[in-house]
Amino acid sequence: MLWNSVYNEFIKITAKPRSYLGLLAITVLVGVILFALKVDGKSMIAFVTSSFEQTLTFQGELLNGNLVAFIILQMLIIHIPLLVALVTGDLVSGEAASGTIRMLLTKPISRTQLLLSKFIAGAVYTFCLIIWLGIMAVIVGKLLFGSGDLMVLNSDGLVILQEQDVNWRYAGGFAVAFLALLTVSTLSICLSCFSNNSIGPIVLTMAIIILFTIIGTLDVKIFDSIRPFLFTTHMASWRSFFEEPLPTAEIIKSLIILLAHQVLLIGLAVYHFNKKDITS
Amino acid sequence: MSEKIIEVQHLSKRFGTFDAVKDVNFTVYKGDVFGFLGPNGAGKSTSIRCLLSLIQADRGEIKIFGQSLASNRSQILARTGSIIEKPDFYKYLSAYQNLAIFSRISGANVSRKEIEAMLDFVGLAGREQDKVAGFSHGMKQRLGIAQTLLHKPDLIILDEPTTGLDPQGIIDIRNLILRLRDEQGKTVLLSSHLLAEMELIANRMVIINKGKTLVEGEVAQLLNAEELVVQLEIDNAAAAKQWIADHFSNVELISSTENHLELAMDKSGVAELNKSLVEQGFNIYAIESKRKLEDYFIKMLKADVVE
Repeated sequence: MLWNSVYNEFIKITAKPRSYLGLLAITVLVGVILFALKVDGKSMIAFVTSSFEQTLTFQGELLNGNLVAFIILQMLIIHIPLLVALVTGDLVSGEAASGTIRMLLTKPISRTQLLLSKFIAGAVYTFCLIIWLGIMAVIVGKLLFGSGDLMVLNSDGLVILQEQDVNWRYAGGFAVAFLALLTVSTLSICLSCFSNNSIGPIVLTMAIIILFTIIGTLDVKIFDSIRPFLFTTHMASWRSFFEEPLPTAEIIKSLIILLAHQVLLIGLAVYHFNKKDITS
Repeated sequence: MSEKIIEVQHLSKRFGTFDAVKDVNFTVYKGDVFGFLGPNGAGKSTSIRCLLSLIQADRGEIKIFGQSLASNRSQILARTGSIIEKPDFYKYLSAYQNLAIFSRISGANVSRKEIEAMLDFVGLAGREQDKVAGFSHGMKQRLGIAQTLLHKPDLIILDEPTTGLDPQGIIDIRNLILRLRDEQGKTVLLSSHLLAEMELIANRMVIINKGKTLVEGEVAQLLNAEELVVQLEIDNAAAAKQWIADHFSNVELISSTENHLELAMDKSGVAELNKSLVEQGFNIYAIESKRKLEDYFIKMLKADVVE
């Protein structure tokens, strides 16, 4: 029954025009960035490297596909939660608003299974978005700009990663980015269980992300104790894969916190959804 | 007495401080077309939602197919089909896709051919691939019926299935319900405001008001099939009224106009009254039996208000 319901969710997601907005938005945004870098990328790189040129000599093409993919990931990973929430925030509340949830719940599928099928479908959709972002950023980036060593400017300084040392870091980085976006997806589906309109959970998800990001950014002592536990703090953990040496402990900590958020949010959603009276 | 399909005992449900259902009790037997009646706000929809586990009752017990709903929800719902008020579908999907979605989680293995046959059965043949967004209310209602019957349920629960339908649509639904009972032996619980329709198809009924059961039983018994309200279209109604009063002590005059008399009387006396009036030279243009369920329903509600 669970997998039948997951299949149903895929059919619904693929039939909704809004599901393609995310893919379209990624295509357009990455296209714009690629175009901008192709046109004026070298002067941008020269501006960044000028401060190092007195002490370092750069050989080869710095503006290559690996750097382009890193720039794209850095620029877009903050905005993709909106694209995720746009679809996942509607998965339960959209059905409540249209009345179809009532029809579904008069069938023998359990509420827990129905909700889990929506989480699974939301996860697959999020995975598709991140894969598309990966294809557009890494593969199209390399096709247009070629490959090469990756120069990353971290808080600790400049890190140069060998070309053959980059691909696995992207795989790891995208995996962590997927987990971060999956937390967003889980949050929006959880909020969706508490609402009977489509827009509310989407707006609330973004509001929470903005609030948590502000809390994480403000250098205020009172927030110090909660900052490490906010999922938004760990949404940029994909960058850890581009540090040398690899901060394994930090990455594992981020993964645990993101997974803990997901388990907590799924648990809350299942509990509430099972208790909810369908009166609409 | 045949097998009990639904047993509801002391059902109650409160929303905040409002008691939507206080003490609803009724029993539906196998093969019944069971009328579930009550005015707006009586608690009909809440009770039906409790039967389908859309709402959790605060107190009371619901048994369906002899099993407790609380502990056997999936098994019970696998044998139940329902429409709650208006059927809602995924407007961006076709009629076929909608039925496929609901059948996949209905616990039955429904083939493509069966879905197409069901669409044909409800008069939607040829519209399989049309998006539901373009369907009229009547077509959605038919699709709702298809969704209800697709997994071959033993119990069918219909909450206001004729809402918004045109007269032909109402007749179609009535005939469909009777066919389901007579040809397939289904049990139907039917909630409707159309009392005349209910009188035509229900064999048993319950009337609830303010969240409580007022009366439950066989429709024929409750309405006392031998007692009729008869409407006569007659010339010189005033003289006829006087003559009836003088000669038929067991006939009660309810109302009269220039050419109409409304009388409460035994069914057995109608022929004799007719004969007598004709012999006295009155011209009778029509004799009609008025809808009785409507009167009975209103009488029960009035009695409840007085209490």
